[in-house]
Amino acid sequence: MPTPTKGPRLGGGPAHEKMILANLASQLFEHGRITTTETKAKRVRPLAEKMITFAKKGDLASRRRVMTVIRSKGVVHTLFTEIGPRFAERDGGYTRITKIGPRKGDNAPMAIIEVLVEGTPGKKAVVNEATATAAKAAPKAVAKKAPAKKAAAKSDDAAPAKKAAAKKAPAKKAAAKSK
Amino acid sequence: MPVPKRKMSRSNTRSRRSQWKTTATTLVLCERCREKKRPHVACGTCGTYNGRQVLDV
Repeated sequence: MPTPTKGPRLGGGPAHEKMILANLASQLFEHGRITTTETKAKRVRPLAEKMITFAKKGDLASRRRVMTVIRSKGVVHTLFTEIGPRFAERDGGYTRITKIGPRKGDNAPMAIIEVLVEGTPGKKAVVNEATATAAKAAPKAVAKKAPAKKAAAKSDDAAPAKKAAAKKAPAKKAAAKSK
Repeated sequence: MPVPKRKMSRSNTRSRRSQWKTTATTLVLCERCREKKRPHVACGTCGTYNGRQVLDV
Protein backbone atom coordinates (compact mmCIF):
# COMPACT_ATOMS: atom_id res chain seq x y z
CA MET A 1 0.00 0.00 0.00
CA PRO A 2 1.42 3.39 -0.95
CA THR A 3 2.12 5.83 1.85
CA PRO A 4 -0.61 8.49 2.12
CA THR A 5 0.57 11.78 0.64
CA LYS A 6 1.13 14.41 3.25
CA GLY A 7 1.78 18.10 2.91
CA PRO A 8 0.91 20.52 0.14
CA ARG A 9 0.01 19.57 -3.42
CA LEU A 10 2.70 19.68 -6.07
CA GLY A 11 2.43 22.70 -8.32
CA GLY A 12 -0.26 25.30 -7.79
CA GLY A 13 -3.25 23.21 -6.71
CA PRO A 14 -4.97 19.85 -6.87
CA ALA A 15 -5.65 20.08 -10.59
CA HIS A 16 -2.09 21.15 -11.28
CA GLU A 17 -0.76 18.25 -9.25
CA LYS A 18 -2.94 15.81 -11.15
CA MET A 19 -1.61 17.22 -14.40
CA ILE A 20 2.03 17.05 -13.26
CA LEU A 21 1.69 13.44 -12.14
CA ALA A 22 -0.13 12.40 -15.30
CA ASN A 23 2.57 14.02 -17.45
CA LEU A 24 5.35 12.42 -15.43
CA ALA A 25 3.74 8.98 -15.73
CA SER A 26 3.24 9.47 -19.45
CA GLN A 27 6.88 10.49 -19.94
CA LEU A 28 8.01 7.57 -17.82
CA PHE A 29 6.22 5.06 -20.05
CA GLU A 30 7.45 6.82 -23.17
CA HIS A 31 11.13 6.92 -22.24
CA GLY A 32 11.48 4.10 -19.72
CA ARG A 33 13.32 6.27 -17.24
CA ILE A 34 13.07 9.89 -16.18
CA THR A 35 15.05 12.15 -13.89
CA THR A 36 12.95 14.21 -11.51
CA THR A 37 12.94 15.33 -7.89
CA GLU A 38 12.69 12.71 -5.19
CA THR A 39 9.29 14.00 -4.05
CA LYS A 40 7.79 13.83 -7.51
CA ALA A 41 9.31 10.40 -8.13
CA LYS A 42 7.78 9.09 -4.93
CA ARG A 43 4.40 10.57 -5.82
CA VAL A 44 4.33 9.31 -9.38
CA ARG A 45 5.30 5.75 -8.47
CA PRO A 46 1.89 4.56 -7.14
CA LEU A 47 0.14 6.13 -10.14
CA ALA A 48 2.52 4.53 -12.64
CA GLU A 49 2.21 1.12 -11.02
CA LYS A 50 -1.57 1.34 -11.10
CA MET A 51 -1.36 2.07 -14.82
CA ILE A 52 0.84 -0.98 -15.34
CA THR A 53 -1.61 -3.13 -13.39
CA PHE A 54 -4.35 -1.96 -15.75
CA ALA A 55 -2.07 -2.70 -18.68
CA LYS A 56 -1.56 -6.25 -17.43
CA LYS A 57 -5.30 -6.77 -17.34
CA GLY A 58 -5.42 -5.47 -20.89
CA ASP A 59 -9.18 -5.26 -21.56
CA LEU A 60 -11.04 -2.34 -23.08
CA ALA A 61 -12.33 -1.07 -19.73
CA SER A 62 -8.84 -0.84 -18.28
CA ARG A 63 -7.61 0.82 -21.44
CA ARG A 64 -10.27 3.49 -21.00
CA ARG A 65 -9.33 3.92 -17.34
CA VAL A 66 -5.73 4.48 -18.37
CA MET A 67 -6.76 6.90 -21.12
CA THR A 68 -8.26 9.16 -18.44
CA VAL A 69 -4.78 9.71 -17.01
CA ILE A 70 -2.44 9.30 -19.95
CA ARG A 71 -3.67 11.39 -22.85
CA SER A 72 -1.40 10.06 -25.56
CA LYS A 73 -2.80 7.07 -27.44
CA GLY A 74 0.67 6.09 -28.58
CA VAL A 75 1.98 5.86 -25.03
CA VAL A 76 -1.06 3.85 -23.93
CA HIS A 77 -0.45 1.52 -26.84
CA THR A 78 3.19 0.88 -25.83
CA LEU A 79 2.05 0.46 -22.24
CA PHE A 80 -0.48 -2.21 -23.15
CA THR A 81 1.54 -4.04 -25.81
CA GLU A 82 5.07 -3.89 -24.40
CA ILE A 83 5.26 -2.83 -20.77
CA GLY A 84 2.19 -4.69 -19.43
CA PRO A 85 2.95 -8.19 -20.76
CA ARG A 86 6.55 -7.84 -19.59
CA PHE A 87 5.36 -7.94 -15.98
CA ALA A 88 3.07 -10.97 -16.18
CA GLU A 89 5.36 -12.81 -13.75
CA ARG A 90 5.61 -9.94 -11.26
CA ASP A 91 3.18 -8.80 -8.54
CA GLY A 92 3.81 -5.09 -8.15
CA GLY A 93 7.09 -3.26 -7.83
CA TYR A 94 7.35 -2.46 -11.52
CA THR A 95 9.41 0.68 -11.06
CA ARG A 96 12.65 1.56 -9.34
CA ILE A 97 13.67 4.86 -7.79
CA THR A 98 17.37 5.60 -7.42
CA LYS A 99 18.47 8.75 -5.61
CA ILE A 100 21.15 10.67 -7.45
CA GLY A 101 21.89 13.52 -5.07
CA PRO A 102 21.14 17.24 -5.07
CA ARG A 103 20.57 19.31 -8.21
CA LYS A 104 22.82 22.24 -9.15
CA GLY A 105 20.97 25.49 -8.77
CA ASP A 106 18.39 24.79 -6.10
CA ASN A 107 19.96 21.82 -4.30
CA ALA A 108 16.77 19.81 -4.73
CA PRO A 109 17.32 16.09 -4.11
CA MET A 110 16.97 14.37 -7.46
CA ALA A 111 16.09 10.80 -8.34
CA ILE A 112 15.77 8.58 -11.37
CA ILE A 113 12.56 6.59 -11.68
CA GLU A 114 12.59 3.79 -14.21
CA VAL A 115 10.35 0.98 -15.38
CA LEU A 116 12.14 -2.28 -14.76
CA VAL A 117 13.52 -4.05 -17.79
CA GLU A 118 13.54 -7.75 -18.53
CA GLY A 119 16.12 -9.86 -16.78
CA THR A 120 15.16 -8.81 -13.27
CA PRO A 121 13.36 -11.80 -11.77
CA GLY A 122 10.30 -10.91 -9.73
CA LYS A 123 9.49 -12.47 -6.39
CA LYS A 124 6.91 -14.71 -8.09
CA ALA A 125 9.50 -16.09 -10.52
CA VAL A 126 11.97 -16.68 -7.70
CA VAL A 127 9.31 -18.47 -5.65
CA ASN A 128 8.34 -20.59 -8.67
CA GLU A 129 11.96 -21.56 -9.12
CA ALA A 130 12.27 -22.43 -5.45
CA THR A 131 9.17 -24.64 -5.53
CA ALA A 132 10.56 -26.36 -8.61
CA THR A 133 13.78 -27.11 -6.78
CA ALA A 134 11.87 -28.28 -3.71
CA ALA A 135 9.59 -30.51 -5.78
CA LYS A 136 12.56 -32.09 -7.48
CA ALA A 137 14.23 -32.75 -4.16
CA ALA A 138 10.97 -33.93 -2.56
CA PRO A 139 10.50 -37.37 -4.24
CA LYS A 140 13.50 -38.73 -2.33
CA ALA A 141 12.09 -37.71 1.02
CA VAL A 142 8.65 -38.97 0.07
CA ALA A 143 10.02 -42.36 -0.98
CA LYS A 144 11.72 -42.73 2.38
CA LYS A 145 8.80 -41.80 4.62
CA ALA A 146 5.82 -41.75 2.26
CA PRO A 147 3.09 -40.45 4.57
CA ALA A 148 -0.16 -39.30 2.94
CA LYS A 149 0.53 -35.74 3.99
CA LYS A 150 3.76 -35.47 2.03
CA ALA A 151 2.27 -37.09 -1.05
CA ALA A 152 -0.46 -34.46 -1.05
CA ALA A 153 2.11 -31.69 -0.68
CA LYS A 154 4.06 -33.14 -3.57
CA SER A 155 1.12 -33.15 -5.94
CA ASP A 156 0.41 -29.54 -4.99
CA ASP A 157 3.98 -28.55 -5.75
CA ALA A 158 4.14 -30.42 -9.01
CA ALA A 159 1.89 -28.10 -11.04
CA PRO A 160 3.81 -24.83 -10.57
CA ALA A 161 7.08 -26.73 -10.71
CA LYS A 162 6.47 -27.82 -14.28
CA LYS A 163 5.83 -24.27 -15.39
CA ALA A 164 8.93 -22.88 -13.77
CA ALA A 165 11.11 -25.73 -14.98
CA ALA A 166 9.99 -25.23 -18.55
CA LYS A 167 10.83 -21.53 -18.39
CA LYS A 168 14.07 -21.65 -16.51
CA ALA A 169 16.83 -24.04 -17.36
CA PRO A 170 19.01 -22.92 -14.40
CA ALA A 171 16.35 -24.29 -12.06
CA LYS A 172 17.07 -27.77 -13.34
CA LYS A 173 20.76 -27.36 -12.71
CA ALA A 174 20.13 -26.13 -9.19
CA ALA A 175 17.86 -29.10 -8.57
CA ALA A 176 20.46 -31.49 -9.87
CA LYS A 177 23.01 -30.01 -7.52
CA SER A 178 20.76 -30.32 -4.50
CA LYS A 179 20.28 -34.02 -5.28
CA MET B 1 0.21 45.59 16.66
CA PRO B 2 3.09 45.03 19.12
CA VAL B 3 6.54 45.92 17.84
CA PRO B 4 10.03 45.65 19.39
CA LYS B 5 10.84 48.63 21.54
CA ARG B 6 14.60 48.57 21.07
CA LYS B 7 17.00 47.73 18.31
CA MET B 8 18.55 44.34 18.99
CA SER B 9 22.20 44.69 19.96
CA ARG B 10 24.95 43.33 17.77
CA SER B 11 25.98 41.11 20.68
CA ASN B 12 22.52 39.56 21.03
CA THR B 13 22.24 38.99 17.31
CA ARG B 14 25.61 37.34 17.21
CA SER B 15 24.95 35.19 20.27
CA ARG B 16 21.77 33.94 18.64
CA ARG B 17 23.55 33.20 15.40
CA SER B 18 26.35 31.40 17.21
CA GLN B 19 23.91 28.51 17.53
CA TRP B 20 23.59 28.13 13.76
CA LYS B 21 25.76 25.10 13.27
CA THR B 22 26.32 22.77 10.44
CA THR B 23 26.89 19.05 10.65
CA ALA B 24 29.24 16.94 8.63
CA THR B 25 27.59 14.89 5.90
CA THR B 26 27.59 11.16 6.54
CA LEU B 27 29.74 9.50 3.91
CA VAL B 28 30.37 5.91 3.01
CA LEU B 29 32.79 4.32 0.59
CA CYS B 30 31.46 3.43 -2.84
CA GLU B 31 31.45 -0.35 -3.29
CA ARG B 32 32.88 -0.12 -6.76
CA CYS B 33 35.31 2.79 -6.92
CA ARG B 34 35.99 3.21 -3.19
CA GLU B 35 35.32 6.94 -3.45
CA LYS B 36 33.37 8.62 -0.68
CA LYS B 37 29.67 9.02 -1.40
CA ARG B 38 26.43 9.68 0.43
CA PRO B 39 24.61 6.59 1.69
CA HIS B 40 21.53 5.42 -0.28
CA VAL B 41 22.49 7.72 -3.16
CA ALA B 42 24.13 6.76 -6.45
CA CYS B 43 27.89 7.36 -6.54
CA GLY B 44 28.73 10.61 -8.31
CA THR B 45 32.15 9.39 -9.41
CA CYS B 46 31.40 6.07 -11.05
CA GLY B 47 27.62 6.49 -11.39
CA THR B 48 26.67 3.15 -9.90
CA TYR B 49 24.21 2.25 -7.22
CA ASN B 50 23.92 -1.24 -5.78
CA GLY B 51 26.15 -2.61 -8.51
CA ARG B 52 23.97 -1.10 -11.25
CA GLN B 53 25.08 1.67 -13.63
CA VAL B 54 22.63 4.51 -13.07
CA LEU B 55 24.33 7.66 -14.32
CA ASP B 56 26.34 8.40 -17.44
CA VAL B 57 29.80 9.47 -16.36
